[in-house]
Amino acid sequence: MKARVTISLKNGVLDPQGKAIEHALHGLGFEGVNDVRQGKVIELDLGDISKEDAPATVDKMCTQLLANTVIENYAIELLD
Amino acid sequence: MKAAVIVFPGSNCDRDMKVAIEQSMGSAPEMVWHGDSELPDTDLIAIPGGFSYGDYLRCGAIAGNSPIMREVVKKAADGVPVLAVCNGFQVATETGMLPGALLRNANQKFICKDVDLQVVGRNERFVGAFETGQIVRFPVAHHDGNFFADEETLARLEGEGQVAFRYSDSDGNVSDETNINGSCNNIAGIYNEAGNILGLMPHPERLISEQLGGTDGKIFFDNLINSLS
Repeated sequence: MKARVTISLKNGVLDPQGKAIEHALHGLGFEGVNDVRQGKVIELDLGDISKEDAPATVDKMCTQLLANTVIENYAIELLD
Repeated sequence: MKAAVIVFPGSNCDRDMKVAIEQSMGSAPEMVWHGDSELPDTDLIAIPGGFSYGDYLRCGAIAGNSPIMREVVKKAADGVPVLAVCNGFQVATETGMLPGALLRNANQKFICKDVDLQVVGRNERFVGAFETGQIVRFPVAHHDGNFFADEETLARLEGEGQVAFRYSDSDGNVSDETNINGSCNNIAGIYNEAGNILGLMPHPERLISEQLGGTDGKIFFDNLINSLS
């Protein structure tokens, strides 16, 4: 069973890298871009874990390591 | 008197921390590897700067989950003094020993220079040798030193006297101009509620002799080591 975790910055947290990307896009002629926020995607191969256990287990991985919940939100997708 | 310096793969300021502690204490601290599950008996724990685990995932995130950090967090909760410098500060916020988080510097650059810092709170152990409002000089060397905390946490830090240092200029001006990395309220370092943990981005251990360009770090460590006895 595989899982895909998408981690993004919380609203209100400054994203200087997103800003830098926004300026670079403007420089390339994509002037209409108003805001850019950069996140990350982590893909996990969970091995033989059961469908029932997977959500809670991945959630624990997120809160303990994968995301810093002071500044980040996370979304979990379970994939077959 | 005993001190311990935690060493992670990628720590690179552990030697400077050892030298600074040894200069003030007269004996060497114990270097403790992150993989150890037991901390020696100690009066001071130092978490040094560097790039533990290459800053992978987030600065200090993986180091924060090392076996030794479980012990450090326990000892810190018992009141053992902890000095968390730069990457150490990042580890401290990642483990919840200190509130907030350290983000990428607002100007995207790695900042490497001596900076002026205003001493803010009263804490005899860490800044007893300085006056409140005094300007001290420590070097910074970081890419991710932008201190962030939500409004409620910031209000609590400010209200409870937990702010330790602010980025300023030599005249004591604290402003956007003197804020080198975008930190909320120019915060360069904070204490925990109990006052036994100090986390700061600047490196006091790097300015401990005239030969290195300044002695504010020596004054800091002399005071800290004296406070342990």
